[in-house]
Amino acid sequence: MTMLARWEPFEKLWREMNRFQREMDRMFERFGVGLGARPLLSVGYPAVNVWEDDEYVYAEAELPGLNLEDLEIYVTGGDQLTIKGNRPAPATDKGVWHRQERPFGAFQRSLTLPVPVDPEKVEARLEHGVLTIKMAKSQEVKPRRIPVKTD
Amino acid sequence: MAEVNALGHKESKEVATPETTWGGTYYAPRVDILETDEELTFYCDLPGVRPEDLDLRFEKDELVIHGKVRPRYPEGKFWLEEYGTGDFYRAFTIYEEVDPDRISAELKRGVLVIHLPKREEVKPKRIAIRAE
Repeated sequence: MTMLARWEPFEKLWREMNRFQREMDRMFERFGVGLGARPLLSVGYPAVNVWEDDEYVYAEAELPGLNLEDLEIYVTGGDQLTIKGNRPAPATDKGVWHRQERPFGAFQRSLTLPVPVDPEKVEARLEHGVLTIKMAKSQEVKPRRIPVKTD
Repeated sequence: MAEVNALGHKESKEVATPETTWGGTYYAPRVDILETDEELTFYCDLPGVRPEDLDLRFEKDELVIHGKVRPRYPEGKFWLEEYGTGDFYRAFTIYEEVDPDRISAELKRGVLVIHLPKREEVKPKRIAIRAE
């Protein structure tokens, strides 16, 4: 509990920055694209959830229909996570679309992680359309347990 | 285009808007629907749903999709929470004459594809034109 309290000012700032980024993303989404019948993917895609434990930072995104090979995931500068990929448009030349709600197209998303991670220790899994990226925290930011001696 | 929409829908909420019902949060999955001479095909995004957790029903012209999503986060807080998770639910009324016995579906990588073949008698038939 004390651990969390210690990080709070940084967390607030980080959240603010991410919120700002999301707002920008949404703005572009609103004015940039969306002229076609289908929703097109844009800067704010995919939506990402980020959480952590003592050892790792986790990022998760819903990417149904994709393979891991269709994705490029990298960590730069220790705390910049980028997810890049392409959701192909459905290939059909016959029939009539009654509904087209699923977005498609190329996408790229970058975000700042709450703490620096080790770029050599990044694992990505894609299961049932959910991408999970597990990143080991840099050695210097890991909380250390301080042994307390008793008499 | 789809001037004559063969499909009704009864969800009142926007797509992907959480809806609180009996205790849980439900999300309407995003859906593409294609109609050809042969069948209606539904493509449905259900990220996080395993095949064994999907309940798909066709009853009295109603197609009901219910995908359970297993909780996947540990206790604690998020640094960033841009989307919520919960079960997926959506129902469609099908006005087309489909053959219930031949309905098939597959769920792969979080995408559900449902094939609803039309009954033979409602399939459009090509009429041969004789030349003089």
